[in-house]
Amino acid sequence: MTTERPALTPETSNIPEGAFGPSPSQTVGPYFHQGLIHGFQGHHSAAGHVTVDPVSAEAGTVPGERIRVTGQVFDGDGVAIPDAMLEVWHADAAGRYVQQPGAAFTGFARTHTRTPDARYEVQTIKPGAAPGEAPRLWLWVGMRGLLTHLYTAVYFSDEDNSTDPLLATVPEARRSTLIARRQDRPGGATYVFDLRMQGEGETVFFTP
Amino acid sequence: MTRPAEPAAQPVLSSPHPPHLYPPYTSSVKRAPHELLLPVPDALRDHGGPVFGPSVLRPDDFDTTRNARVNGEPLGERITVRGRLLDSAGRPIRGALIETWQANAAGRYVHQHDRHDAPLDPNFTGTARLLTDDRGEYELVSIRPGAYPWGNHPNAWRPAHIHFSVFGTDFTQRVVSQMYFPGDPLLAHDPIYQGIPDEKGRARLISAFDLTLTQPGWALGYRFDIVLGGSAATPFEDPDHDD
Repeated sequence: MTTERPALTPETSNIPEGAFGPSPSQTVGPYFHQGLIHGFQGHHSAAGHVTVDPVSAEAGTVPGERIRVTGQVFDGDGVAIPDAMLEVWHADAAGRYVQQPGAAFTGFARTHTRTPDARYEVQTIKPGAAPGEAPRLWLWVGMRGLLTHLYTAVYFSDEDNSTDPLLATVPEARRSTLIARRQDRPGGATYVFDLRMQGEGETVFFTP
Repeated sequence: MTRPAEPAAQPVLSSPHPPHLYPPYTSSVKRAPHELLLPVPDALRDHGGPVFGPSVLRPDDFDTTRNARVNGEPLGERITVRGRLLDSAGRPIRGALIETWQANAAGRYVHQHDRHDAPLDPNFTGTARLLTDDRGEYELVSIRPGAYPWGNHPNAWRPAHIHFSVFGTDFTQRVVSQMYFPGDPLLAHDPIYQGIPDEKGRARLISAFDLTLTQPGWALGYRFDIVLGGSAATPFEDPDHDD
């Protein structure tokens, strides 16, 4: 691809030399499915795309409890948003992230809220606890209307979250916005995690 | 819990990124958080990020002029876009996944919700995926996208743009941005572009026409370097933001 070409020089760059301030974020817009959601109308890729759930990608090889995380994303009027994109990133069942020795899997998945009920769903392995922390998912949120994406963290209602160092930074009255509620359904554990973008019950978001 | 009467003032001046609430972009009004974002303690940031290798790519994934052909070549002005993916110290980020998507030359997306009355191109979907090489460089081959109307305000048109989704080495470097074209008169009227608070920040998203990247008789060339900030080790230290 580019390796046989001459290296790019700083002189013609759109970034001033020595001024490596970050490239600003922009909204994913309403049409992100076209480029980022596998299997969506128009996506040219047939295989190997990254927008798969971790478990289905590596079925049978990932140890841990299989779980389903599902929910809705509400705007300031309480209307469920049908075009939110979400990415989860988390440790394996032993609390190891992918770069750590012995990590069982990538731990990344991408999904989106979809019609008819504006609900998202991710199937994955329940993460284990990293040392000194409660198990959590990192959640990246983008959508039309968000010029800069948001981050949050998802904890589990059936875990001891009382000493988690990140939750400890959150005002007590708002901590419940970060707890996914466990429901045991046929087919395995389901955790329900809704996001509220603004107003009463607003989800806690973190700076990236 | 009481609802804040007004959104909390978001500290945007130290960030290169647009604020969440930017009323000229009307979709932000009901979707922007009212509360301040909370910082993540440094000790919890060092979790790395997802890793994708060559196995996620097919041979023509970087070339939208080829990867969706049905019965011919896509219509429009062929372009090559080359650039570097850098961290905030100017070091190359190697082996990083970049995904792009865009409208076709007529300004129409292959998307069921795009109602713009402009033709679809049977040989073009406008999606690409690529990895940066061992110099942190990438190449995208594509068609220059067209401008298109949208419903934000009367006579609203988006400037021509290509969406870029980029993974860095840490999940906090994850960013989605847009590449624009130099000299586009619509940039001055676009609330998505104008939402970037700093003029130098806005300038970073405008690719540079580069005759040395233009391939004779075949495609015009544009240069588009991308810089990822992110992790707590480099908290918004913008070396050219000193004036």
